[in-house]
Amino acid sequence: MKTLAELAEIREKMKGKVAMRQNDGNETRIIVGMGTCGIAAGARPVLAALVEEVSKEKLEETVTVTQTGCIGICQYEPVVEVIEPGKEKVTYVKMTAEKAQRVVAEHIKGGKVVTAFTIGANVAK
Amino acid sequence: MRELSLNILDIAQNSVRAEATAITITLMEDAEGWLTFEIADNGKGMDAETVRRVSDPFYTTRTTRRVGLGLPFLRLAAEQTGGSLEIRSTPRGEGEDHGTVVRAVFNMKHIDAAPLGDMISTLCVLLQGQPQINWLYIHTTPRGEVRLDAEELRAVLGEDISLDETEVINWIRDYLDEQYSTLD
Ligand SMILES: Nc1ncnc2c1ncn2[C@@H]1O[C@H](COP(=O)(O)OP(=O)(O)O)[C@@H](O)[C@H]1O
Ligand SMILES: [Mg+2]
Repeated sequence: MKTLAELAEIREKMKGKVAMRQNDGNETRIIVGMGTCGIAAGARPVLAALVEEVSKEKLEETVTVTQTGCIGICQYEPVVEVIEPGKEKVTYVKMTAEKAQRVVAEHIKGGKVVTAFTIGANVAK
Repeated sequence: MRELSLNILDIAQNSVRAEATAITITLMEDAEGWLTFEIADNGKGMDAETVRRVSDPFYTTRTTRRVGLGLPFLRLAAEQTGGSLEIRSTPRGEGEDHGTVVRAVFNMKHIDAAPLGDMISTLCVLLQGQPQINWLYIHTTPRGEVRLDAEELRAVLGEDISLDETEVINWIRDYLDEQYSTLD
């Protein structure tokens, strides 16, 4: 059984790690739209995948995953924005958990925007 | 929405946006197949006029931008099963207690009832997004109860470790998973 004692162990293990983090505004922010349209379109598994991948790739010291309300482009939901310090914001649209994994691997980790998933590549021309 | 747990996620986000510091989500299932859920918050509340209009799809307080869909969706989902939606609210400034209670009743045996779905993922998203809120979750069924109290977890974690740490969220997921598996 999961016990609160186990949670206390996690606390002890995490203490050092959390203290090491620099919250100096230099972190990359991944923002997921969790308004009604986003949720209906599948934002919940997208968020879960992003959190999971960031943790798996041990990027937590420099990357945060946060939620926001409606971004205002409902037809493109689920929407994910990536804001890296000193760079232009990248907006990913019609996201899925699988696409989210690729964004973490290729963009966040690899430094290369996944152009095919961006809003620019998805608007009707 | 394909799952009621997604409606619950959406409605709980209203409470977050209303600056609630405590949000209680209660699910009650009876042996006849009725599910009642209640989301109660201590946020800024709404006046009577607003309450009257919020489940109308053509109303939102941010009128010029777009139409609020969350509460109308929920009303539709509940009523099409023969259930109901009720909103009670006291705005900030009118006495001591302010906040909102949204209560929805569903006949889960009705052909148009969506399944409850993945409540664990809904709770993990809420805790990850708003780790500072005092979430209380109680799901009672004829087979037993599932419960999560953010304050209790925070008492163990102390001030340094936030509830949104992935390792903590993963623990919460397993903790709920285990409780649900004892109900099956
Ligand atoms: N818990 C709450 N506390 C205060 N106001 C609320 C609450 N829930 C809903 N509201 C009000 O009702 C409006 C409509 O809600 P909703 O139908 O979910 O649409 P949306 O959240 O997209 O505006 C909200 O914009 C808000 O003004
Ligand atoms: Mg809403």
